[in-house]
Amino acid sequence: MTSTISPEDLVGRGARDGAALFRDWFTELGTAAERGEHTAYVFVMGSLAEIVRTFDVHTVFPEITSLQTAVRRVADEYLNLAEDHGFSPDVCGYVKADYALQIRKGDHPMGRIPPPSIAVLTNACNTYLKWAEIWERLYDIPIVTVDVPQSRKAPDNGGPTAAELAPDQAYVQFQMNELIGHLEELTGKAFDIDRLREVLELTNRMGRAWRRVLELNRAKPAVFDAMMEGTIYLGVANALRGTEAGARYFEDLAEEMEYKAAHGIGPLVDHDTEHRLIFVGVPCYPIFRRFYQLFTDWGGVFVSSTYTWFASGGLNLDFEYDLDRPLESLAEGVLLSVRRAVDSMLFHDRYLKEAIDAFDADGVVYHPVKSCRTVSTGLADSRRVVLDERDVLCLYIESDMMDKRVVSEAQLKNRIDAFFEGLESRRIRKGMDAPTASTAPTT
Amino acid sequence: MDPTARPGAAPAPRPLPHPAVRLLDVPYDQGLKEVFWYCREMVEDPDFPTVKKWRETGGKVLGHFQVYFPEELAHAAGVLPVKFRGAQVEREQADSRFGSYLCSILRTSLELAMTGRLQVDMFVTHPICDAARNLAGIWSRNRPEPAQILYLPQNPNSAFSGTYLAQEYRRVLGDIEEMSGVTVSDEAIRGAIEVFNTNRRLLRELYSIKRDTPWLLPVDEAYVLTALGGIVTREEHNEVLEWALPRIRERDARRQDKIRVVFEGGFCEQPPLDLLLAIAQFCHVVDDDLLIGLRWILSDVPTEGDPVANLAQAYLDDSSYSPVQHDLRKPKEKMLIRRIRDAGAAAAIVSAAKMCEPGLDEQVAYSQALDEEDIPYFVTEFEERMTSFDHLQIQLETFVENLLFD
Repeated sequence: MTSTISPEDLVGRGARDGAALFRDWFTELGTAAERGEHTAYVFVMGSLAEIVRTFDVHTVFPEITSLQTAVRRVADEYLNLAEDHGFSPDVCGYVKADYALQIRKGDHPMGRIPPPSIAVLTNACNTYLKWAEIWERLYDIPIVTVDVPQSRKAPDNGGPTAAELAPDQAYVQFQMNELIGHLEELTGKAFDIDRLREVLELTNRMGRAWRRVLELNRAKPAVFDAMMEGTIYLGVANALRGTEAGARYFEDLAEEMEYKAAHGIGPLVDHDTEHRLIFVGVPCYPIFRRFYQLFTDWGGVFVSSTYTWFASGGLNLDFEYDLDRPLESLAEGVLLSVRRAVDSMLFHDRYLKEAIDAFDADGVVYHPVKSCRTVSTGLADSRRVVLDERDVLCLYIESDMMDKRVVSEAQLKNRIDAFFEGLESRRIRKGMDAPTASTAPTT
Repeated sequence: MDPTARPGAAPAPRPLPHPAVRLLDVPYDQGLKEVFWYCREMVEDPDFPTVKKWRETGGKVLGHFQVYFPEELAHAAGVLPVKFRGAQVEREQADSRFGSYLCSILRTSLELAMTGRLQVDMFVTHPICDAARNLAGIWSRNRPEPAQILYLPQNPNSAFSGTYLAQEYRRVLGDIEEMSGVTVSDEAIRGAIEVFNTNRRLLRELYSIKRDTPWLLPVDEAYVLTALGGIVTREEHNEVLEWALPRIRERDARRQDKIRVVFEGGFCEQPPLDLLLAIAQFCHVVDDDLLIGLRWILSDVPTEGDPVANLAQAYLDDSSYSPVQHDLRKPKEKMLIRRIRDAGAAAAIVSAAKMCEPGLDEQVAYSQALDEEDIPYFVTEFEERMTSFDHLQIQLETFVENLLFD
């Protein structure tokens, strides 16, 4: 891949462009209601954005708008308002922030979020269901669930056969057709399968590039931090899924990462060596930058993150839509992506072990959060298995993705410092020197 | 694909020990009060003697987590279905398998299995909440018996959900057959449905007594009679209910002037019996959602045609409600209002287990709806292992007095 852009402009372009695209997205959403355009509230796991986009309906991702309140350090205003309305401190902070957002008529630190014309959800997270019921009560809008059956047991190495998946796929496809009916009714437009093909192809392009970006992080040094920069990329992957801007962004990002891998450019600026880590869970958004620094201060780099597995809408899967049979293929893709996303949370020990090997990781950081039981419930247990079967160090720290009341920075720092001291002494004991040569993977 | 096609499946003789083994030794000759005590001991015993007895005679056990499982499928295979509903036990082994911010029932259920107090041959959980669906993975990493998720549909409003659910039931049935070594015929399932239809009828009668003449049947007694069904064969449960119901009706109990309330929040983790006793001191609980999974299906399931499809359809279309089932036909707050109205209750106790996200979420909707309907309510939280109820009693007494003197 060649580029006419200068190296100075190329390196860091993904972060810059991602932030700009995100701002544009919020700006467009802010004026959608004024233009009389419809908005669908959807979720990152099984967004069905391809179908929604086919009808030219905007997508709002309440998980993203909620986490942005934490990143921008105003989440407490929203959480407090929701708790004043009766919500418990012990339930999902995303839900509470969004509820307060609705009560505040869409007032958000990045703009004004339009109310939903329709809500589309899967069962990838049970809280999605409870969340949508809140909108149903507030707005009396169509609430369309696409129920996606997932792995019934811990997946074995072979994975499910096509015959095993067939009944589930038929169920998903049937529901997708029901969703199309709802959207036709809402918009007054007939479903256009050729438009769907175009959108699917754009998602295919995004997925191809995203997988290459993820793969390039096997390079030493790693080319991006999967928790910090990875979160920016995930935002674009969801918000602009199935768009030309999204496809071009990820192709540009892959180009940037190819360059960084070829030139040994990593995310650390003041460390010659890196501790290669895998992040499990959801980041600590109330102190996001500081949380990141607690690791980078020691030369820690997240080379992979389960977040990039379960929150990328299946783009991490080696799967592309078959444009000759778009609806069938989309149903298959939704089934596989939601299934894998949930496996990444419920049965992730197997995938973690694979990632430890593939990314040559030194350690795993588990970050269960109060807000998300889907992600967090099994982490203490899976850590035991990973520790038994891989020669890595593990860190287990609890806080939250929204609620700063349960984020103790001093306590986190103590635990993280001790973890790195262990990694450092382990490196010395093993006589390990950090690798210096670039070993960019190729496809 | 025909989900009902089961080539090679031939009727099998009803396997032993089901239902010949008697798991209970009910002191019928000592009267109703002693029978209640006996049932309470069985229900509260964290060593699950009925299940142990079943296993000692060679019987297989299917353990299923709350809320609902089509127990007829296990029963038809001669397998004892046992409801995991936690227990009041010390958490010595299971706690290290979980993080913070989780409900107790998850931990104590795994504790029961890990300590051998409740041994099963197969474990099934459901995607009722984000925590419970994790149990299959955690279970399979810590226990030798197979663990899986039964994906009950979360889109009952789809026209395809009945077909899907029947397929899912058939899949689980295949796993039960493999575990038990018994090939299950449709005839055996029909037989099981009949037994469970009787059980459902008896439980409806139990609840009608509670609703119509609550002074005859306090909530704690109704609870132990219901919960017993989760740990014995339905045949024995039916026998106990058939013996007890007429005797409850004939009880010489004085009619009391207590507030009639509905208790909501007991669909998964169970409040301690002593908490129910505390409530019963001040209120007649005329309806509730305690162990709603055992009473999920509201009327008889047809036995004609495909019995598995009938079970699936009943789950979807002839069922109660709970915060863990998403069904646009059953907005929970409206269902609660209906439950209150149907039971002739004057107030509601809107409860939730600590850290139970669906229950806590629903409290908000319930409270808003009750406000709109001008129905008094009392909001509280509980934990299965709580042992002190003084504070709750004072609050509840104040609530009731406010109502009486309003």
